[in-house]
Amino acid sequence: MTATITKPDQYLPTELMGGLDDPIPSDELDPETEGEVKTKSLVIVAESGDLERTWATTILASSAAASGMQVSIFFTFWGLFPLVRPEIRMTGKNWMQKMLSVMNRPGIGHLKLSKLNFAGMGPWMMHRLAKQHGVAKPGELLEMAQALGVRLIPCQMSMDMMGVSADQLIDGVESAVGAATALELMAEADATLFI
Amino acid sequence: MTTIEIAQRVDARGLSCPLPIVRTAIAIKSLSSGDLIEVLATDPGSTKDFTAWAKTTGNELVEQGVEDGVFRFLLRRK
Repeated sequence: MTATITKPDQYLPTELMGGLDDPIPSDELDPETEGEVKTKSLVIVAESGDLERTWATTILASSAAASGMQVSIFFTFWGLFPLVRPEIRMTGKNWMQKMLSVMNRPGIGHLKLSKLNFAGMGPWMMHRLAKQHGVAKPGELLEMAQALGVRLIPCQMSMDMMGVSADQLIDGVESAVGAATALELMAEADATLFI
Repeated sequence: MTTIEIAQRVDARGLSCPLPIVRTAIAIKSLSSGDLIEVLATDPGSTKDFTAWAKTTGNELVEQGVEDGVFRFLLRRK
């Protein structure tokens, strides 16, 4: 018995074969774009002003930017205070806003732990441990993140409500935006984190 | 004999994640395409991190090794 090799065109007319002989569209094989990956983007919503969470935000933002991702951080609510310049002791226009900043000292160097804070003893120990283990502080990581092109975007509503003005924020912070702009960034991003 | 010319060195010994990667990323920005950068690190996670970093950023990991607990990475800017 002789084995016969059946070719597809023997049982299907060529016009019904969905163009098997058609070359692969040239744009899929373009040597210019082959192997090239689209820049990935990350959006972090920094809602917390706690030390450990701000640490997470700045570690992830700087690492992502170092890996070539386009990173934007939207600072809202308590997350706004780490962006205040270190020399500013008090923010706010009325007594309530002022109280807020007195009880919650602004600046990335004055963050509290959400637990085990012990009136500053906790953060002090954390910074000592960090130093022993060669871990950069959130402020240093934020500076490096900026050097790598991370966009820092404050929330306008939080600024108005907490009484923080644009001139009280560190250099390089973009002009404040609202929720719609933040959502647009998130919708287009490859990854979004709420920290 | 070919001489390997290292354009920049990053000493990340004693530094923890993500500093070795972040410092390298900042340093490599000032180099031109094809330039070599040498990184020294002691963070045990850096072996995997630099392999992953080279893959995501497209920079080439030319050489890697370990000597007396110090990891050495030689990278070429894309």
